[in-house]
Amino acid sequence: MTSSFIRGGLIALLLAFAGHALAIDAEDAFADPVLQKRYESINRELRCLVCQNQTISDSNATLAQDLRREVRDMIAAGNTDDEIRDFMIERYGDFVLYRPRMTPENFLLWAAPVLLLLIGAVVVVRVVRRRAQESDIETDGPEAGQS
Amino acid sequence: MQNLKFIIPLALFGLLGLALFKGLSLNPREVPSPLIGKPAPEFSLPSLQDASYPVSSRELLGQPWVLNVWGTWCGGCREEHDTLLAIARQKTVPIVGLNWKDDNALAQDWLRQLGNPYAVVAEDRDGRTAIDWGVYGAPETFLIGPDGLVLYKHIAPMTMEVWNTKFLPRIEAARAAAGSES
Repeated sequence: MTSSFIRGGLIALLLAFAGHALAIDAEDAFADPVLQKRYESINRELRCLVCQNQTISDSNATLAQDLRREVRDMIAAGNTDDEIRDFMIERYGDFVLYRPRMTPENFLLWAAPVLLLLIGAVVVVRVVRRRAQESDIETDGPEAGQS
Repeated sequence: MQNLKFIIPLALFGLLGLALFKGLSLNPREVPSPLIGKPAPEFSLPSLQDASYPVSSRELLGQPWVLNVWGTWCGGCREEHDTLLAIARQKTVPIVGLNWKDDNALAQDWLRQLGNPYAVVAEDRDGRTAIDWGVYGAPETFLIGPDGLVLYKHIAPMTMEVWNTKFLPRIEAARAAAGSES
């Protein structure tokens, strides 16, 4: 009886803190919810380079904190999301982005699915055409012989 | 002709396999710097030993120099310290220290106790200059040419081998290029 009561209390406590556990900063960076949302969404797209495979919104490494501060200051200064992304790319390269851009270096990677599909289509068309021709000859052959 | 149809896909597959196999030996922690070949980010920071004395990257123009990012909290920096001292004794180029997010007193103690390989140390307390340089893990060592362009970046503790094979040849080449221009 008491144990289920305690369990209920613990769950309620966990739920009460769940919202806070999602945000890495102790408090919101912006009072304005629109700016706060931009801040959070940019942070989720930037890689924390010391703790690779985490975004700077997941990590409390010093560098992640510093980069979040940079994002916050740039939003506050009126920079656009693209300007903030470019700022990071200039310093840390494309690797900092979790959503990669199309660049001359990685163009082949982006184009590969389409290219492979086209090559496959060409091969299929050629094979089908040849088979059709071959079967034409086969069916024509005996008839021609009979007549 | 019939054989060729089998050989081409097989060769492509082989090439792909080879490329992927080579990728296994790459170190994912070594992120190539987009700064190579670009102008070094400018900074003007207080000197570690004397806050009233500014250390400015402009003053270093006209000669090759090395920027070494370090902190007393960084294990790899302790590891490379003796190498830096040995390099400093060669007096090839000035080594400028960038003391990254450190405690001033601790950093000064470190230099007093272990020896000071730096021509000058700039104090980057808030880490902004380090971000400008795309620093993500100390120790990192940059080579900057006489024209102010970043020539090379080494991530990880400096070793004599890296210095001799990666830095010295680039320093000589930069000096030769600068000499032929003037």
